[in-house]
Amino acid sequence: MSWLKVTPAENVPLREGRSVCIGRREIAIFHLTDGFKAIDNRCPHNLGPLCDGITKGTTVVCPLHGWNINLENGKVLKPDVPVGVTTYPVRVIEGIVEIQLPEMKEAVA
Amino acid sequence: MKPRKAKKPHLVLVGNGMAGIACLEQILRYGDMFDITIFGDETHVNYSRILLSNVLAGVHGFDDITLNPLEWYRERNISLRLGVRITGVDPVAHTISGDDGAVTSYDKLLIATGSHPFVPPVPGLEKKGVCAWRTLDDTQRLLEWSAPGKHAIVLGGGLLGLEAARGLQVQGCEVTVIHLLDTLMNRQLDSTGGHYVQRKMENLGITVRTKCTVRAIHGKERVESVELNTGKILPADFVVVAAGILPNAELGRMAGLEVKRGIVVNDFLETSNPDIFAVGECVEHRGMTYGLVAPLIEQGKVLAATITGNKGPTYEGSSTATKLKVAGVEVFSAGVIEETEAGLDIVRYEDPGLGIYKKLVLKGGQMVGAILVGDTSESGRYMEWIRSKEDLTAKRRNLLIPEPPKDPGASIAEMSDSEVVCGCMGVSKGTIITAIHDRGICTLSQLKEATRASAGCGSCAGTCTALLAAVAPGFEPDVKQVLCSCVPFPEEQLREMVHTQQIRSVQQVLDIYGNGTGCEKCRPALSYMVDMVWCGEHEEDRSSRFINDRVHANIQKDGTFSVVPRMRGGVTSPAELRRIAEVAEKYNVPLVKVTGSQRLDLLGVKKQDLPGIWADLGMPSGQAYAKGVRMVKTCVGSEFCRFGTQDAISTGVELEKRLENLFTPHKTKLAVVGCPRNCAEATVKDIGLVGQEGSWQVVVGGAAGKSVRKADVLVTVASTEEALESAELFFQYYREHANYLERTYDFVERTGMDKIRRETVYAVPEARAGLLDRLRKAKSASYDAWLEREQPKTATQFVQIQPMEAPEEVSYR
Repeated sequence: MSWLKVTPAENVPLREGRSVCIGRREIAIFHLTDGFKAIDNRCPHNLGPLCDGITKGTTVVCPLHGWNINLENGKVLKPDVPVGVTTYPVRVIEGIVEIQLPEMKEAVA
Repeated sequence: MKPRKAKKPHLVLVGNGMAGIACLEQILRYGDMFDITIFGDETHVNYSRILLSNVLAGVHGFDDITLNPLEWYRERNISLRLGVRITGVDPVAHTISGDDGAVTSYDKLLIATGSHPFVPPVPGLEKKGVCAWRTLDDTQRLLEWSAPGKHAIVLGGGLLGLEAARGLQVQGCEVTVIHLLDTLMNRQLDSTGGHYVQRKMENLGITVRTKCTVRAIHGKERVESVELNTGKILPADFVVVAAGILPNAELGRMAGLEVKRGIVVNDFLETSNPDIFAVGECVEHRGMTYGLVAPLIEQGKVLAATITGNKGPTYEGSSTATKLKVAGVEVFSAGVIEETEAGLDIVRYEDPGLGIYKKLVLKGGQMVGAILVGDTSESGRYMEWIRSKEDLTAKRRNLLIPEPPKDPGASIAEMSDSEVVCGCMGVSKGTIITAIHDRGICTLSQLKEATRASAGCGSCAGTCTALLAAVAPGFEPDVKQVLCSCVPFPEEQLREMVHTQQIRSVQQVLDIYGNGTGCEKCRPALSYMVDMVWCGEHEEDRSSRFINDRVHANIQKDGTFSVVPRMRGGVTSPAELRRIAEVAEKYNVPLVKVTGSQRLDLLGVKKQDLPGIWADLGMPSGQAYAKGVRMVKTCVGSEFCRFGTQDAISTGVELEKRLENLFTPHKTKLAVVGCPRNCAEATVKDIGLVGQEGSWQVVVGGAAGKSVRKADVLVTVASTEEALESAELFFQYYREHANYLERTYDFVERTGMDKIRRETVYAVPEARAGLLDRLRKAKSASYDAWLEREQPKTATQFVQIQPMEAPEEVSYR
């Protein structure tokens, strides 16, 4: 699995999120006080754009109906439902945000 | 000497502070056995000394920290003598004498004289502008001296020094803390913990100099600078001495008692004289002196038993556990904190990014000490483990992992009855529950009065409330609603604090008064508050704004946005309509709709198209997405309508121009109608102007939404200008006094129309001018949000990020 360069870190303001399309995925990148996080940009409830949510600590609150999603593991914290959102490893190398995608076999089809 | 006719023995208490009064409260529980006289050298009734730091930081007023008001003394027939210092004692004659010359005889003498600040020997300390920090008067003096930009030097980086530094920093001073040792709060923390606290202080803008002393204080009459041992000179407007405390044992010496560091007492709190007792910071017990509240309370209980002839309970020393919030940092420290002996296991956890440090000290499977910085949520559990000496072998793997609460009441239910809820006053869970049952207590304030729980630093108020909710059948939550558990203060108080403490960013409010994180509820509320108070002279933090206020459009269910240009009074022109039509076609806008507010809505717009659409429209934002001024709806009015009595359109357009682009606690809808037929529904708007023959009726607090409410009449005035001004007065009053997300219809019901009229349209001219001035200031700082298309707040405010690299598999395109 390789790392993909996404964008200079300053393009994502502190405590905010921005979306980016990579292949078929739309991913929300967040800049938290303790680092960057990446997660699919779709709330499991009604597909709300998570990148537009307000963050609190390592949680994002979906702007549509207020679902709380943990950005570190994709778990839905509120309401109590056993669903989750895919998260991706992120790192910042020389000021560039990089993310790691799983093998994308499906994309070739 | 006052003649006394009663036969009861005369108990004289020297010292009107927390320790003496707490002991007296315990004595009174044994019955009305004494005639009581209290001498205090301060001129105030008993107040919580712990909360002086909050007074300095502006969180509490002087009145808020009173523990025993004058009535308390009066109701108990206590003779209270304030402002008198006791300067002599004759143990043989059983008399004491004060600096007012009066001599008072006693049967039992209780010394609770507390302590005084330790002042290091530095040349220049006598200059004006040097103050030790100990009393309410000291606090008042520091508040008078401090002002934005003043240079304050704090001597001492212990608990007291850091509290002083934080308070002064909040007052806007440039603060430098000078500390002798390498570790801040070295009595409570190890060097790592001290550095965590130091980093936090520095993040708040406080300069910290450790391993450093002051060689001299310079200045003519007043302090001008301080010279460090390194030779460096720092500018100084004033100097606060907070280098520690020493017991006030002088009276003990004069009475011929055994005195070492403090007045020596035994386990019954008896001194070497059978009629003299001592309690609090002035005593030394088993070689220890104490400077925290909890030990004094424990001592007081024992002494009360001794002095009332119920001798039996003993005081065996206090564990020196401390839990406090210093400069916004939570700190807990208990027991053994350094590796002072062999055989200790240290368990550590650190997260420098979050400023969290935890250190647990174990010995043979038992916990003997702990330090927590930045997160003290588990302190109750650790304290209980240290106290109970429980064998933790089975729990060793999970010591640092909090047990998740199974249900909200579980953590309360799991507490043992002996567990101390209020560390300051030493009140256990069992005591609280007994009080609730026996006295039918329903509110936190009743509980506070009955048991003293939460009367100290107040950090246990949440637990006390949870106990009340779980146990009291008639539980009533405190009337003061707090904004959010992240910043647990009523909004009214927060507004005051933001104003007086010159706080200009959301993050600063959260750092100083909250949990540092905030949430989606309090962050937007604080954003509004900071903006409303400072009118643009603040640090705008878009991460605290709802997405609508980041991109100035209303988010829809599919993540697209709606665009509503401003159309003042519902009046448009062929040219505008043409541009709207062209924009709708050019950007393939899926739906164009006439709104209920006499305007046009373009729905289904992508975020990245917003700047282009706004530019092509060439119209200002209608703020249809904001907690702000929406529209002024108008009827045709006297210009065209044959029934019209007033010019509704031009008045409505003028009103909209005066208020547009301003933000409000919740959305604000307005309307102006030319006659009482009310075609534009002004009587169900937040603010409405209703034209009549020769006058305007100004109505407020109407609603036609989830609830329907007919607006109340604010005032009836003759001229259009007066009508507009009345609307402005109410509008600004609502902006300043309503809670966030409180619509006018809830606000007027909560506040009452009488009060609103009294403080707006019927207020004295200066008050009215004040409201209008602040409105003008806010207005001049406001701007059309859609102009951010030309100067975006951040480069990526509206655009989607384009990845620098694409994955190899994108060949499917």
